[in-house]
Amino acid sequence: MIRLTMVLLLAALSFSASAALQVFATVPEWAALVREIGGDKVSVFTATTALQDPHRIEARPSLLAKARRAQLVVATGADLEVGWLPLVVRDSGNAEIQPGRPGYFEAARYVNLLDVPVVLDRTHGDVHAAGNPHIQLDPRNLFRIGEALAARLGELDPPNAAGYQAGYKAFAEKWQVAIARWEKEAAPLRGVPVLVHHGSFIYLSHWLGMKETGTLEPKPGIEPSSGHLSGLLARQQSMPAKMVLRTAYQSDGPSLWIAGKAGIPAIMLPFTVGGTPEAGDLVGLFDDTLRRLLKGLN
Amino acid sequence: MLHKPFAVAALLAASCGAQAASDADLAAIRSQIDEMKKSYEQRIAALEQKLSQAEAAGKAPATSSAAAAPSDSGQRTTLASSAAAFNPEVSLILQGQYAQMKNVPDRTITGFWPAGGHDHDGGKGVSTRGFSLNHTELIFSAGIDPYWRGQAIFAVQDESVEVEEAWFQSLAIGHGVGLKGGRYRSGIGYLNEQHPHQWDFANAPLMYNALFGQEASFREDGLQLKWLAPTPIFVEFGAEVGRGANFPGTDSNKNGAGAWAAYVHVGDDLGVSNSWRAGLSYLNTSSGNREAEFVDINGLQAQGLFNGDTSTWLADFVWKWAPDGNPKYQNFKFQSEYFVRKDKGDLTCTDENGVGNACATPVTADYDTRQSGWYAQGVYQFTPNWRAGVRYDQLDSGRQNLGANAANLVVEDYKPKRATAMVDYSWSEFSRVRLQYAQDKAMAGITDNQWIVQYIMSLGAHGAHKF
Repeated sequence: MIRLTMVLLLAALSFSASAALQVFATVPEWAALVREIGGDKVSVFTATTALQDPHRIEARPSLLAKARRAQLVVATGADLEVGWLPLVVRDSGNAEIQPGRPGYFEAARYVNLLDVPVVLDRTHGDVHAAGNPHIQLDPRNLFRIGEALAARLGELDPPNAAGYQAGYKAFAEKWQVAIARWEKEAAPLRGVPVLVHHGSFIYLSHWLGMKETGTLEPKPGIEPSSGHLSGLLARQQSMPAKMVLRTAYQSDGPSLWIAGKAGIPAIMLPFTVGGTPEAGDLVGLFDDTLRRLLKGLN
Repeated sequence: MLHKPFAVAALLAASCGAQAASDADLAAIRSQIDEMKKSYEQRIAALEQKLSQAEAAGKAPATSSAAAAPSDSGQRTTLASSAAAFNPEVSLILQGQYAQMKNVPDRTITGFWPAGGHDHDGGKGVSTRGFSLNHTELIFSAGIDPYWRGQAIFAVQDESVEVEEAWFQSLAIGHGVGLKGGRYRSGIGYLNEQHPHQWDFANAPLMYNALFGQEASFREDGLQLKWLAPTPIFVEFGAEVGRGANFPGTDSNKNGAGAWAAYVHVGDDLGVSNSWRAGLSYLNTSSGNREAEFVDINGLQAQGLFNGDTSTWLADFVWKWAPDGNPKYQNFKFQSEYFVRKDKGDLTCTDENGVGNACATPVTADYDTRQSGWYAQGVYQFTPNWRAGVRYDQLDSGRQNLGANAANLVVEDYKPKRATAMVDYSWSEFSRVRLQYAQDKAMAGITDNQWIVQYIMSLGAHGAHKF
């Protein structure tokens, strides 16, 4: 009898292990956050890597196949994935992950977006109506997103709801300590003027108090032109930036050019989990980002 | 500003209440304090953001000074995504060209049934020379309710507005099932679903013109059912029934369906840099008095009416490569399709204009053909702005068995060919200009060197394109 119970228990355990909640994360940072909260209760697929521009992904067949079997889509929202995710979600034939259903989660809904355009006009470039969607680089945003995500995971997987809450609590405690440490370390960055390739770092600059004095792209989504770069270089006289920042997926040409001419360091930041070998998880992402920024300051 | 004291009061009330309920449980109190610390952290962050936005407001007039108001209760802030701002999403495609080519009044493809297609533009289109406007496409789409989504595409040209597509699509069936109904581009083949502004060349492959006419797509008024299998790789099955009014079918006044189609698509990634899709499709249409001009054995004009069934098989393959899977800076796309089409039925040869051809007395005889063709193309984007591509088209007029009418009508045995090269420049995702050269041998005895300069501009909502 005991043996039978054991066998059944074992079977039940293995079932629950294989029945992990299937999560489709559009970008690596949300995949990492879901893993922090869900641990082994979730099985996470990441649709993009840190070397891919999340604006410019195609609705590949493999993404449709993954979305078909997902129980939860975790996206950034605010139009970041507008060129591919709506199509993937619609054509997946998966009713659970349609916008408006519990299986569709947009992180941008839980934070205050910066750079909200007053005028919606593409003469200003590929502007995002809702605001700048690169929200992950202000670590404080992850509290609210994480909290909402834990609640959502619990809603979709009630037996593990307490586990997700505990996962979030553990993450939040760790995060609180880490933020305090980062803010201390990053004190020298306050007020430092920087150039950026694209508006990818506005939340980071805002958090650390860096001043973005120019963008290599003349308008969002428009490639840097030599004329625009020369203009930025000329401005170095009056408004000298101390470094020029880009993500792992942006081409290094423009920032290396301006860095060389202006004699300032060009710094590649991981931007998301996996952007550099050191940025293996969320803590590593900020550790490495700060390490690189501080190195650029010296 | 009134909402702030309220929010603080609510926060305090909530935390006090919670504390009372949890008695003197030390752990609970600690978590409460953590909670409060966290909400203060958030409130401070929100205030900092407001402050910096207020600071930025003076410098950047294009940015609002008041971001989406933070909701202190921790509930989700609702913000207007662009999809909601444009409800329905509206976009407009501007497309036009300058073409330089031979003056060929009745452009056909030698050895192939001249598909009338929809020549609502009075024979313009593929053979228009000089400056011209292509279709201007107006696209509306939106979720209808939690269960359905709708889209309509209107093609506007001078005095005519045509309903290119108008369909609804299911959102809530689940289990991988998708249902679409209305007027839509059939899911057969690869290029068939794409609108001209999505093409990589200024015109469609010859094979699509031979199959479906000038419009280069089989459009259907009907129902489409798709099922995506729950497999690790992409496997999709589709089936359609519809009116079948467009070439190679004809419109008919009857109950039931005039055409049906079935297809399967498979696809996957190979590593992080490569992805592919392959498909096999079948389309069955029927014709009642499908009409075309022929030439009789004496070189006189004659008319042919086809009654019977047409079955078309299509095989398609697409492969895309991008370094690290990031197509923005560099990518390559290879695409190829092959078809076999069979007409089976009878052909009636007539002399409608009384020119005294061999069919002065109409002759009806067996008609049976088997024709094929293919194209292959490669497009390389070598900088974010520039792309270059080449394409080769070849068709085979194949078997054309006219039965007794072989004594009356002449059909040509020919292999139409065309080689095309293009280069295009995109200022952004929304604007593109293209230069294209083609050596066109679609008509026997004519080698046409064609130059086309084309622009494609899209305004409005940011549409998502299929793979």
